[in-house]
Amino acid sequence: MDGVAVGSLYALIALGYTMVYGILQFINFAHSDVFVLGAWISYTLAVGLGYAAADAEPSVLAAVGILLAAMAACGAAGFTIERLAYRPLRRAPRLNVLITAIGVSLLLQNVGQLKWSFGTQPQRMPSVLADRVLGSVAGVQVHLVDLIGAGTALALMLVLDRLIFHTRLGRAMRAVSHDTTVAALMGINVDAVISFTFVLGSSLAAAAGFLYAMKYPGLNQPAHATWVLLGLKAFVAAVIGGIGNVRGAMLGGILIGFIELFGAAYLSPHLRDIYVFSILILVLLVRPSGILGRAVAEKV
Amino acid sequence: MNSNVTRIPTTIALTLALVSGLSGCGGNKPAEGGAGAGSAASPAGGGGGGPKPAGGTILIGHYGSMTGSEATFGQSTDNGIRLAVRERNAAGGVKGKTIELKTYDDQGKAQEAGTAVTRLITDDRVTAILGEVASTLSLAGGRVAQQYGVPMISPSSTNPAVTQIGDMVFRVCFLDSFQGWVEAKFARETLKAGKAAILYDQSQAYSKGLKDYFKKAFEYQGGIVTTEQAYSGGDQDFSAQLTTIRATKPDVLFVPGYYTDAGNVSIQVRKLGITVPMLGGDGWDSTQLAAIGKDAIEGSYYSNHYSFQEERPEVKNFVEKYKADYGRVPDGLAALGYDAARLLFDAMDRAESLEGKTLGAAIAATKGFKGVTGIISMDENRDAKKSAVIVQMKGGIPVYVTTIEPPQ
Repeated sequence: MDGVAVGSLYALIALGYTMVYGILQFINFAHSDVFVLGAWISYTLAVGLGYAAADAEPSVLAAVGILLAAMAACGAAGFTIERLAYRPLRRAPRLNVLITAIGVSLLLQNVGQLKWSFGTQPQRMPSVLADRVLGSVAGVQVHLVDLIGAGTALALMLVLDRLIFHTRLGRAMRAVSHDTTVAALMGINVDAVISFTFVLGSSLAAAAGFLYAMKYPGLNQPAHATWVLLGLKAFVAAVIGGIGNVRGAMLGGILIGFIELFGAAYLSPHLRDIYVFSILILVLLVRPSGILGRAVAEKV
Repeated sequence: MNSNVTRIPTTIALTLALVSGLSGCGGNKPAEGGAGAGSAASPAGGGGGGPKPAGGTILIGHYGSMTGSEATFGQSTDNGIRLAVRERNAAGGVKGKTIELKTYDDQGKAQEAGTAVTRLITDDRVTAILGEVASTLSLAGGRVAQQYGVPMISPSSTNPAVTQIGDMVFRVCFLDSFQGWVEAKFARETLKAGKAAILYDQSQAYSKGLKDYFKKAFEYQGGIVTTEQAYSGGDQDFSAQLTTIRATKPDVLFVPGYYTDAGNVSIQVRKLGITVPMLGGDGWDSTQLAAIGKDAIEGSYYSNHYSFQEERPEVKNFVEKYKADYGRVPDGLAALGYDAARLLFDAMDRAESLEGKTLGAAIAATKGFKGVTGIISMDENRDAKKSAVIVQMKGGIPVYVTTIEPPQ
């Protein structure tokens, strides 16, 4: 159960990496920091709404509200980052953009630590949703939070899938990903499509941040090395699934979640990070383009 | 061409800033206001009102993690040190001179710690150095201090290797070997625990060391360690390790990690239905332990350097002033920072000169110094010999349980 819950979060983050890569062919290293931003905005909102008090009643409405607000805020952040940091470098060598991404990542980490933002202390995410054990399947406890987390993540992924493959905007995104110049000649507003991709990826990362904070309420401080590792694992998920491929990222995320938690439970918890990166090496050796790297011709 | 025009004034401005900066941090020059180059140091070190000491300043340095994962460590320590400096300056300073403190951030990184100490010694020419909290960083900084012959006091590095660097490195906290023994004794004698399970942080030398010392002492005192499980600092999921631990039915769960992880562990411990008390070390000491653990951490114990509820006059005075200045209860790191600074001033009073070797000898000769964290005497290894306290989490605050003295 944990495997599905954690895996679907990895998948949500991996989508942001893979969509940006699909369109711009560069790794947005600041993406995992947007995820952190999402988790911390959720925390700030939950505390602001008074859920830190001991007698606060959990409510589904508030949870949905916080989720949407965090997604909107991170979407705005994603838009701003793209507009200010990446767009001016649209014609610059790819390496410059990559270095800029690392710069943006450091900026977000350090701004997050300032007194007026989130501070340097770890905090406890208030429980906005009531958690209880729903029952157990084959000796595995099923928690309500896990079910809601996985359900929300899967629903968001379905929406994204529909958006990309069944709408005009989605077609535009796929066209830009296929060939930017030709897409522009066909009258597609490339800048708008790229902006939209960033907004989409960032809001999915924010959703992952909120769900992560629900599952693991002890939030590490914004610049903690753990966040970087989480982002890295999501990136691995994107690569395993075939970078640039949306469905591959979903598959890769869930795969990584399973491998990590099953390895920890049945082999040894001491080596949990090693399983993930061993799989990466294996996939790169056997099938460098990722599991779905070539199977689907259309990339986004 | 345009860029050339703008570049020239910038260069001049930079040079000017550099020159004025360099002359400002001479240290032994009788400065008027003591306005050094200190962009890193906040103005608190200068001291506000009170009787102004006449003859110049003594510059001391502090390096600590002011940002990064362990930011609370550096910040608390710095608060404690600054309080000691203000107190001392208000009382006339040391040898008629004002104490001035310069703090550099090492971001919790070993290479930065080395650079910070080098900067303090070669650029700022400090008389003595205070720092660090984490043992790995004190090792990096201590080697530099030893090389230049400038005394360094670590407020709270508990790993034995730190003071083994050489005769210029000291500490005012107890060692992990003692702490492990204290916890084992408490578990055996007070909690009457026969079986202990251990969950430690494999990425921290501190946690691994403490685990080994606890295990040794606990088994020596007739207890059984049922299982040793590990995690990596920052992990969020401990269900695999805790399921194994639950199966061994321990009487106590020993978690010698840092407070963030301990809080997270406690949530999952209770979620899995393990009800035995948890036991930890001084790494648990932070207000965030209760903030993260909430109900789950209630009733658990940890060993610490002092408790703010102790009745000793040193403790009362310190807690009162710290609360007035910073608006919160000081943690153990703040108390140790305060003690390290005061012990240094005490040694400066006794030393004939403030030259490295003489000052170092004076620190080494400290006997029966009444600190907030207990009565401190330096032993032949430049380690502090002192007592430890055990506290229990009750209603979100650590409540004083008992003091355990070192074995004679």
